[in-house]
Amino acid sequence: MSSATIVSLPDQSTARIPKDNFITRENGILSWLLTGDHKRIAILYLISITFFFAIGGALAGLIRLELLTPQSDLMATDTYNKVFTMHGVVMIFLFLVPSVPATLGNFLIPIMIGAKDLALPKVNLLSWYLYMAGGILVLYTMITGGVDTGWTFTTPLSTHYVNTNVLSTGLAIFIAGFSSIFTGLNFIVTIHKMRAPGMTWFRMPLFVWANYAASILMVLGTPVLAIAIVLVALERTVGIGVFDPAKGGDPLLFQHLFWFYSHPAVYIMILPGMGVISEVISTFSRKRVFGYTAVAFSSVAIAIFGFFVWEHHMFIMGVSNYSTLVFSLLTMLVAVPSAIKIFNWAFTLYKGSITFETPMLYAFGFMGLFTIGGLTGVFLGTTGTDIHLTETYFIVAHFHYVMVGGMLMAFLGGLHFWWPKMTGRMYPESLSKIAAVTAFIGFNVTFMPQFILGYLGMPRRYAAYPPEFQVLNVLSTAGATVLGMGFLLPVLYFAWSLKYGAIAGNNPWQATGLEWQVQSPPLTENFTQLPIMDHEAYDYEWLAKREADTATTTV
Amino acid sequence: MDHISPVLWQFLVKWMTNFALFPPEASKIAPQMDALYFFITLVSLVGLTLVVLLLVGFSILYSKKRHPVAVQIEGSTILEATWTIIPLGLFLIMFVWGSLIYFRVYTPPANAMNIYVVGKQWMWKAEHPGGQHEINSLHIPTGQPIQLTLISQDVFHSFSIPAFRVKREAIPGRYTSVWFEATQVGTYHLFCTQYCGTEHSHMIGDIVVLSPEDYKKWLTESTSGMSLAQNGERLFASLSCNACHNGRPDARGPSLANVYNSKLRLSNGQEQFADEAYLRDAILNPSEHITQGYAPIMPTYQGQVSEDGVISLVEYIKTLNSNYRVEQTLNTTDLLPESEGKATPASAPKPAPAAKGTVTQ
Repeated sequence: MSSATIVSLPDQSTARIPKDNFITRENGILSWLLTGDHKRIAILYLISITFFFAIGGALAGLIRLELLTPQSDLMATDTYNKVFTMHGVVMIFLFLVPSVPATLGNFLIPIMIGAKDLALPKVNLLSWYLYMAGGILVLYTMITGGVDTGWTFTTPLSTHYVNTNVLSTGLAIFIAGFSSIFTGLNFIVTIHKMRAPGMTWFRMPLFVWANYAASILMVLGTPVLAIAIVLVALERTVGIGVFDPAKGGDPLLFQHLFWFYSHPAVYIMILPGMGVISEVISTFSRKRVFGYTAVAFSSVAIAIFGFFVWEHHMFIMGVSNYSTLVFSLLTMLVAVPSAIKIFNWAFTLYKGSITFETPMLYAFGFMGLFTIGGLTGVFLGTTGTDIHLTETYFIVAHFHYVMVGGMLMAFLGGLHFWWPKMTGRMYPESLSKIAAVTAFIGFNVTFMPQFILGYLGMPRRYAAYPPEFQVLNVLSTAGATVLGMGFLLPVLYFAWSLKYGAIAGNNPWQATGLEWQVQSPPLTENFTQLPIMDHEAYDYEWLAKREADTATTTV
Repeated sequence: MDHISPVLWQFLVKWMTNFALFPPEASKIAPQMDALYFFITLVSLVGLTLVVLLLVGFSILYSKKRHPVAVQIEGSTILEATWTIIPLGLFLIMFVWGSLIYFRVYTPPANAMNIYVVGKQWMWKAEHPGGQHEINSLHIPTGQPIQLTLISQDVFHSFSIPAFRVKREAIPGRYTSVWFEATQVGTYHLFCTQYCGTEHSHMIGDIVVLSPEDYKKWLTESTSGMSLAQNGERLFASLSCNACHNGRPDARGPSLANVYNSKLRLSNGQEQFADEAYLRDAILNPSEHITQGYAPIMPTYQGQVSEDGVISLVEYIKTLNSNYRVEQTLNTTDLLPESEGKATPASAPKPAPAAKGTVTQ
C-alpha cells in the first residue's frame, strides 16, 4: 500500500463480514418495515431519498433540455412550469431536507455519542412513514396533472389563480414536514439524554453538533411552514381571506410566513452537510479540527441568526425601506459563521498529514463551491445589488452552488466516507474519484454561466427567453449532462460494491469517532458494552495508542 | 478552420459576437450599481483565491508523503479573530454601500414624472399622465426622472429593466414605486421576473428610450384624447361620486378639494396622510376610512371599477383644488337626464386645468 493513503483494510483473503450485524440479524421485508433500529431506518431513508433524487434529477434534465433553445418548443409553458415546480418540491422537501440528517444522521448520531439507538425508535419509524406518505402524495400529484405554483406557493397565485393540484401538494409538504419535526425532536432528545459516560458536549463530534443545530431549526421552523400551508388551503377552499387584499388580507403576510420557515430551511439543509465536512477533513488530515469550539458554536450561531433574516427574500416586494436595513445587516452577520467554518477547515489541513481519498475530494469540492455559493449570497444580502440580481438566474446559480455544490457534495462525501461502516464493504476508489471530479466539473459548467445570465438579466422560471441568452444556456445544459453522469456513477458502483466491494474492516480510514471502533456493519445494539469516552473528539494520539495496544495484545 | 465542424464553428462565432458579461448601462443608477457589483466581485474573487490557495498550498506542503506525522494544533484565537473580523468588516462596507443604492432606487425625487403601470396576467399596461396607454411597452424620455407607480390587478408580478438595474414587484392591493432616469436612447428588455402563472415567460416587453424631442412627438401621436385626470373626472360623474362629494354644506360625503397630501382625521380618531395609496383604499374599502363627522354610508367600489379606473379617479382627485367643476358636472347631470351625455361636455371645455394639474404634481 502506498504511503499516500491511510486506508487500512484487513487481509482480503481471510476477512469476513461479521456474521451478526444489523442487516443479518433479522430477515424478511417486515423486519425492515417494522424495525425500530435507527440503522435500518437510515437505510430505508437512503433508498427512498435516492429514488426521489432520481425523479428530481430527471425533472432537472427536462428543464435544461427545454432551455437549450430560446423558444418554448420541447414543452408548453404550462408543462414547463409544472416541471420546475415539481423539481423544486421534490428536491427540497423530499431530498435536501431529509438527506444528511435522516440517512447519515440517523445511522451515526446514536453510535457517535455511544447510545444503543435514538431516544424514540418508534417515532423514528413514524418519521419515515410520514416521509413516504408525503412522497407518495407528491407522486400522486405528479401523475394527476402536477402543480404549477413554483415551490414557493406565492399567494394569491396559489390560492386564487391556478387550478392545479395545490391542495395535494400542500398536504404532501405538510405531512413530510412532520417527518422532519419528529426527526429533529428525536435528535435533540437523544443528544441531550443518551450520551455515553464521559461524552461531554465538547467531546461530541462536530457532525453531532451540526445536526443538533439543524434539529433546532426543524423543530422551531417547520411548524410555521405547516401554518402557512394550512392558511393557503383554507384560503383556497373556503376563502378565509387572510392573504386576499379584497377581503382586507395581506398577500405579503404569506411571504413572511413562508420565508420564516424557508430561509432557516436552507440551514436545515446545509448544516448537517457542514458536519460531514468537519469529520472528513479531520480524518484525512489526521488532525483535530482547527478551533473545535468555534466550529461548534458557529453551527449554533447560524441556527439562531438564520431565523432573523427571512425578509431578505422580500427586499423588492414593497416592504418598508428601513426594515431592509435590519434584515440586510443580519444577513451579513449570518455570513460570518460560514466564513469562520471555511477558514477553520482550511487551517485543519495546516501541519496535517493529508491523503486524498474520495470523501476528501468531495470535501475539497464542497469548500470551493460553498465558498462561491456563500459569497454570491452576499451579493444578494446587499440590498442595492439584490434589486438587480433577485429573481434572475443569479439566484438560481447561487442556491444551486449552496445546495448542490455544498450540500450534495457533502452528502456524497459523507456517503463514501461511511459506506464501509454502513455496508462493511469498500466502494471502488479510482472510479469514485473519476465520479467526484466529473461531478465537480459538470457542476461548474452548469451553474457558472448562470451567474452571468443573471447579471445580464435573464429571469428565472422562464420557458422562453431572448435569443441572445442562448449560448450561455447551451453551455449550462452541456454541463448538466456531465453533472448527471457524475451523479449516476456512484449509484452504479455503490450497488456493485454491495456484493463485490473489498471487505472494509472496522476502521478503514483510521478515524477516531466511536462509530469506527465498532464492527462494520454494526450490531443492532451498536455496542457490546457501554463505551466510555475518555478522550477528546478527533484525538489521533489516543487512536494510535489504542491501535498499538491492540497490536501488542494480539501478538 | 476547415477541420472544425460547421455547427461548432457557427456556435463559436455566435459566442464571440454575442458574448457579454454585463447588460447595457442605460440609466443613471446603472454605473453606481455596477461599481458596487465590481467591488463585491473583487472581494469575492480575493476571498475565493485565498481559500483555494490555502487548500492547495496546505495539500502540497502537508501531504502524507511530505509530512507523514500530523502536528496536533488546538486552534488559534488570533487567527480565528482575524477571519471573523476582516470578513465582517468587508460585509459591513457592502451593507452600507448597498443600502445607500437601495434607498436611492426606491426614493423617487420630487420632480419625477409619474407613470402608472398595472400588471395583470400576462401583460403590462402603462398609463401616462397625458392619458396615453401602452401595452407591454413603455416609452420614456432621457434626462427626466421617471417614477413608476405599480400595482397588480391579480397576482404578484415584477417589473424588471436589466439595462436600468431596477426592478420592483407589482403587488395586488397596494401601490409600490421605483424610479430611474434613462441616459441612453435605445430599446431595452422589460421582463416580468416574479413567477405569475402559465404565460409568465411571455409577460415581456420593450422599454423604448427616446430623446426628449422624440418623446414629445410620441406623446402627441399616441394621445387618446383624454388625460388620466379627465378620464377620472368622467368616471367621478358616471359613478355618481359627485352626488355626495360635492363640497356643498349638506353633502353626505367630505369635500375632496385639496384632500390630496393633506392630513385627515378619521372617525376612529386616527390621523391619516392622504396619499395615492390612501385615496385608492378609501375608494375600495370605504368602511375602513371614515372621515370624522361623516356617516359610514359609502358603498365599496371593489369589483365595480378596475385598477385603471381607480388610477384615473386618484389622478383626478389629486388635481381637485376646488369644488367648482364638481358642482358644475352635478348641475349638468341634473339638467341632462341621459347619463351618457354628461361625460363629454364636462371634460371637453377644460382640458387645460387638468393637464396643468398633472404637471404640478
